[in-house]
Amino acid sequence: MKKLKLTIAVTGLNNTDNPGPGIPVIRGIRESQEIESRIIGLAYENLEPGIYMPLMIDKTYMIPYPSSGTDAYMERIEEINQKDPIDLIIPNLDAELYTFMKAEPRLRELGIKTFLPTMEQFEERHKANLVAYGKKYDIKVPKSSTITSHNDIRKIKNDFDYPVLVKGKFYDAYIAYNEDQVTNHYNKISAKWGLPIIIQEFVKGTEVNVVALGDGLGNTIAAVPMRKLFITDKGKAWSGITLNDEEMIRITNDLIAETKWRGGMELEMIKTNKNDYYMIEINPRIPAWVYLAVGAGQNIPEALVKLAMGEHVAPYHDYQVGKMFIRYSMDMLGDIQEFEQLSIFGEIEQSQLHYPNTQKI
Amino acid sequence: MKLKKNIAVSENGFLFDPNSGESYSLNKTGQLIVKLISEGKSEAEIIENIMEKYDVESNALQRYLDDFIMMLQQMNLLQKEED
Repeated sequence: MKKLKLTIAVTGLNNTDNPGPGIPVIRGIRESQEIESRIIGLAYENLEPGIYMPLMIDKTYMIPYPSSGTDAYMERIEEINQKDPIDLIIPNLDAELYTFMKAEPRLRELGIKTFLPTMEQFEERHKANLVAYGKKYDIKVPKSSTITSHNDIRKIKNDFDYPVLVKGKFYDAYIAYNEDQVTNHYNKISAKWGLPIIIQEFVKGTEVNVVALGDGLGNTIAAVPMRKLFITDKGKAWSGITLNDEEMIRITNDLIAETKWRGGMELEMIKTNKNDYYMIEINPRIPAWVYLAVGAGQNIPEALVKLAMGEHVAPYHDYQVGKMFIRYSMDMLGDIQEFEQLSIFGEIEQSQLHYPNTQKI
Repeated sequence: MKLKKNIAVSENGFLFDPNSGESYSLNKTGQLIVKLISEGKSEAEIIENIMEKYDVESNALQRYLDDFIMMLQQMNLLQKEED
């Protein structure tokens, strides 16, 4: 079989205790028998661990934060593309998706492909729009209100029973048992992530998740359900297991068929004791635990790359139930010269990294 | 009384529910009861079988078995009657 030879740029190399999906996405691509890849890492911070991990990235370039504006952001991507022509970019962080979706035509002109949801798909599934979304697509969602001021907290106080969840637009969620705690979390989240804040009914049950891939035509190319077995104090999965749950797959298939979702997605649901499923969040990208799906038999990063390149991809139907992942943390050693190279020149080659006792690519 | 479909029990007494992702460790007696349930035995047959193997008073055994079955129900491991 002739392999697809591609240069693929990937973001989300922050393999910290709040891990980005970059490295798991790269692992899926590296393990593909159908893709021969040169991987370009796009990093926001010099100390994103993925940059230094052995056998993952061929060359890393520093890029500015999306908050510096689309023009500055795209100028840097263009500059990188001139030096190191990119076939495909896979953005993996919530906060940069909008910039990439907006820049899609400009990227296309440069010959760079993406495989992202449409702006409409992206906007309508926002946490702040979840109630309308549930109504439109006939999905159970918890009652929620979007608020933008302290006054609103008082206005909606009779609409909910405690406890409630207080959530940021992109990140963070805390449980509040009374009005004071709501105000407290409101202040904390809005200072960090801005407004609006979402107040959501607390649905009791088990949190379950699906990682899925839609082809943009209404077909589910891949879908693997998982339950978190160990959750960190940041609410991140540190261990998880694949489930045999036909209802979760049905909900996913229906949603992708209705919305014609394009790209990777993560559905977060609460399964109640009565076996009802409430959608609590739809993340418009591949989650950091995607390597579990790869290990269970559905190489979602590989399928996404092929779809982006216009290749035919047959939908996956099977996966191994009871496949588990367990994360760990480990110290890597490096030299100050590597850090210097990245800090001064904003780029570093795989060959400039120093990994003792590791075979290089 | 039936175990839910797909529930796997290993020879070591490790029970895995692929629907919820939960797993449990059974002791020897628990293992035997689950085995008898999966063979389609009734409560009376289970009691009879255990009394043949262990020196236990039947009323006490009935109480323990009721508790154990209730626990299996709470953990959602048994098929509901209407299933």
